Amino acid sequence: MTLPTVPSVPSVPSTAAGIAAGVRGGELRAADVVEHHLAAIAAREPEIHAFNLVMADQARAAAAAIDARVAAGEDVGPLAGVPVALKDNMCTQGVPTTCSSRILDGWRPPYDATVVSRLAGAGAVVIGKTNLDEFAMGSSTENSGFGPTRNPHDTTRVPGGSSGGSAAAVAAGFSPVSLGSDTGGSIRQPAALCGVVGVKPTYGYVSRYGLIAFASSLDQIGPFATTVHDAALVLDAIGGHDPHDSTSIPEPHSPLVDVLDRGVEGLRVGRITDLPEGADPDVAERLEAAFDALRDAGATVVDVQVPAFGYALTAYYLIAPAEASSNLARFDGVRFGLRVDAPDTNSMYSATRAAGFGAEVKRRIMLGTYALSAGYYDAYYGRALKVRRLIHDDFARAYMHADVLLTPTSPTVAFPFGAKGDNPLAMYLCDLYTIPTNLAGHPGMSVPFGTGADGLPVGVQVLAGTLDEATMFRVGAALERAALGPKGAA
Amino acid sequence: MSDPQDHLLPGGWELVVGLEVHVELATATKLFSASPNRFGDEPNTNIDPVTLGLPGALPVLNRHAVELAMRIGAALNCTIQACTFHRKNYFYPDMPKAYQISQYDQPLNVDGYLDLPDGFRVGIERAHLEEDTGKSTHVGGSGGRIHGSDYSLIDFNRAGVPLVEIVSRPDIRTSEQARDYVSELRAILVAIGASDAKMEEGSMRCDANVSVHEPGTPFGTRCEIKNVNSVRSLGRAIEYEARRQIAMIEAGEVVRQETRHWDENDGRTHTLRTKEDADDYRYFLEPDLVPLEPSPQWIAEVRESLPLLPSQRRARLAELTGQPATSEAIAVVVERGQDQYVEAVGHVGGDIGRALVHVKEAYAEQGPEPAVPATDLALLTKLEVQGKLTATQAKAVLAELVANGGGDAEAIAQAKGFEAMDTSALEALVDQAIAAQPDAWAKYCAGEGKAMGALVGAVMKASQGKADGKLVTALLEQKKG
Repeated sequence: MTLPTVPSVPSVPSTAAGIAAGVRGGELRAADVVEHHLAAIAAREPEIHAFNLVMADQARAAAAAIDARVAAGEDVGPLAGVPVALKDNMCTQGVPTTCSSRILDGWRPPYDATVVSRLAGAGAVVIGKTNLDEFAMGSSTENSGFGPTRNPHDTTRVPGGSSGGSAAAVAAGFSPVSLGSDTGGSIRQPAALCGVVGVKPTYGYVSRYGLIAFASSLDQIGPFATTVHDAALVLDAIGGHDPHDSTSIPEPHSPLVDVLDRGVEGLRVGRITDLPEGADPDVAERLEAAFDALRDAGATVVDVQVPAFGYALTAYYLIAPAEASSNLARFDGVRFGLRVDAPDTNSMYSATRAAGFGAEVKRRIMLGTYALSAGYYDAYYGRALKVRRLIHDDFARAYMHADVLLTPTSPTVAFPFGAKGDNPLAMYLCDLYTIPTNLAGHPGMSVPFGTGADGLPVGVQVLAGTLDEATMFRVGAALERAALGPKGAA
Repeated sequence: MSDPQDHLLPGGWELVVGLEVHVELATATKLFSASPNRFGDEPNTNIDPVTLGLPGALPVLNRHAVELAMRIGAALNCTIQACTFHRKNYFYPDMPKAYQISQYDQPLNVDGYLDLPDGFRVGIERAHLEEDTGKSTHVGGSGGRIHGSDYSLIDFNRAGVPLVEIVSRPDIRTSEQARDYVSELRAILVAIGASDAKMEEGSMRCDANVSVHEPGTPFGTRCEIKNVNSVRSLGRAIEYEARRQIAMIEAGEVVRQETRHWDENDGRTHTLRTKEDADDYRYFLEPDLVPLEPSPQWIAEVRESLPLLPSQRRARLAELTGQPATSEAIAVVVERGQDQYVEAVGHVGGDIGRALVHVKEAYAEQGPEPAVPATDLALLTKLEVQGKLTATQAKAVLAELVANGGGDAEAIAQAKGFEAMDTSALEALVDQAIAAQPDAWAKYCAGEGKAMGALVGAVMKASQGKADGKLVTALLEQKKG
């Protein structure tokens, strides 16, 4: 896998772990780290458009503060001086937060999301807010109200979505790590298309406080990184119980960075025999290579069935829009964001929402409103909830036989702009393999595993049971070792 | 309703009423955030990202609000159960998230009842937790309604204030029962510390579902009456609405199911919205909250920690004083929370029956802990019992006690020159009165009870209020032979 070259100061390591070690040890200044990344952004951002906002001044100030604290002998945390890009649906106090929607243009939240304060507490430096499909609805970042992000590996292609900006930022070397949110695959799919690591943790592992909701029962924040170790480092920093989020898991979790070297000897890796078809041959071939690599590393491959897997997409496109229709109702022009004046209140609501939301957001609001309506609830939303339960149960049975499951992350490599623009259903199928995990609430991650058609990156998805991030990361690390080793390269 | 026909309206119609009462809970903070729950502050000062429904903000349930809601459930004899929260979706400018977090098919409290002071039992269907909205003020236009106004001001201080909605079964059959229900409910809420329940400040709000039918036939179509701001208005609104529906039915018209607005000024209800205009609330489980499952131990603790309820306190005072539990004095004293004080007067040797009357008459300005020490009031009642003070004199001494926050009743009586008249002096005054009003005396002797008043009055006047009325009556009876 070749990343495009960027102007670089040789002394700045490419990984978060390397940067943090350098800054903590006093060999590296956080200020230089920030300048290095700002230079990379200056060189390629006009072409990539990963960011809605580059926070150069704030990043420089934060880096200077870190350096001062290091000089004063303080422990500034495990992410000391590490630049982090944030998907622009996470609230940053006083800094515009848009969800890439015209309806929030200019809005400055009066508070920080929990992940933002945790990153600051760990010594990280926020370098910018990244582009996304409007309100995280999409799989290509083409639905952004502010223009699409381009894939750093091939700028004629999409970076995936909805966290396309965060994936592209890491792939382009604009920041070593970033945060995205994943409702149906919005971290894992762009990670696969951009050739980086992307993790969706167990629902409730990371606080959602300050994450602007798309579908509350599915949304989960997670990291993008160039290495599995960096992803673990970030997840360790942002995870854990938050009293501001009632759905956050109360139990503490142990550090993931400690498990990465444990190998996969004796682990059972599940192959879903009734997995819905749809993956391109180049992607399927990489999945086979991944099974082989894990077998070589000492794992056993077992066959499992998840019969309800194939119903997940339909259930998701009722549940997620239903919640979204309610979550997005607050964008009414009364208290914040865009307001289009009209003679009376109801007309103001309509005019504001008609002008502020893009086509895909409107489509999902209408879909969700319909699914919840009196007389239709039982047939649509109610039935989707039953399917969700089935999916959960099917996965639970599968995890009695396997420690992790392996699937493709995305059915295809990165596709050209406009390829699926006129066909929402084709776009929805991008998340065929990622969506079931969100409905079950389980963790999943995408690990780059070589390349497919046109030399573009392919990701393999590792799925695990509730709160079994540790096993998932062990497998992810093993795949990474294999991909970098002699047998992995395609 | 000893006679089942007693309560029927003219024409043989029966009124059927169910009440939905919203009460604001007396918590320090809001239902889902740490902003203060305080009435009367500067507009938009008790706010935060959760209250304003800002993007990304999440609700966190207030444990104290849950506990107060459980107390209400316990006081209304409800089953307290595991429950969930739902979103009730509708657009309105003072509804920050465009949905209200409420409870839907699994409320906290279900299947209880409330007994009215006369023993009539009203079923409680449910008492659930939900958040209040902000408060809109529509400026310009007519009638303070949003429609036709020039602009609207919104105060979000009230948004997110914890509410419990108490839904009665349609068991109420008269407007008087409806008023009694609300008064009794209010007394309970105050007694258990759940709410200050002030209808005039809006911390207790009442909607009435009203219908009429002929007994023995199915219930009629109901109308929901809103904007009822006092117990008195509730009675008036229900009576008006019943008359309106009866007139419609008798004129061959059909009552439409609708929400109606009570107008205090013209004493009528007006259509607010019909069933066809009703919002589809698209209720669904609130994904930002987890189910609320109070442990059996917590429920037991709440039930055990309940104080005596007003009905129990009235019964207790009735037993101690020998008066009926429905007597006005007992109702008033219990409502003011002064029943324990009355009981204390009895404990220190006072006459509890006289204490009850004194407290009812003279302690209106005092709270549950009156300034006059119980021992001081006890002494006053003892002097009365011993015949050393007449009722009139006792009243004067009591006024002094209340004004001074206590004192020695005997010394006050002496200072006022209140000596009980001895019987011989009183007898002389009685004789004088008989001599002065021979006609009245003759009538009295002939058995005309009314004539007694003139004679007693004359004696009281001559004694400058020092005479004991009971003794005067006894002397008159004696002289009649």
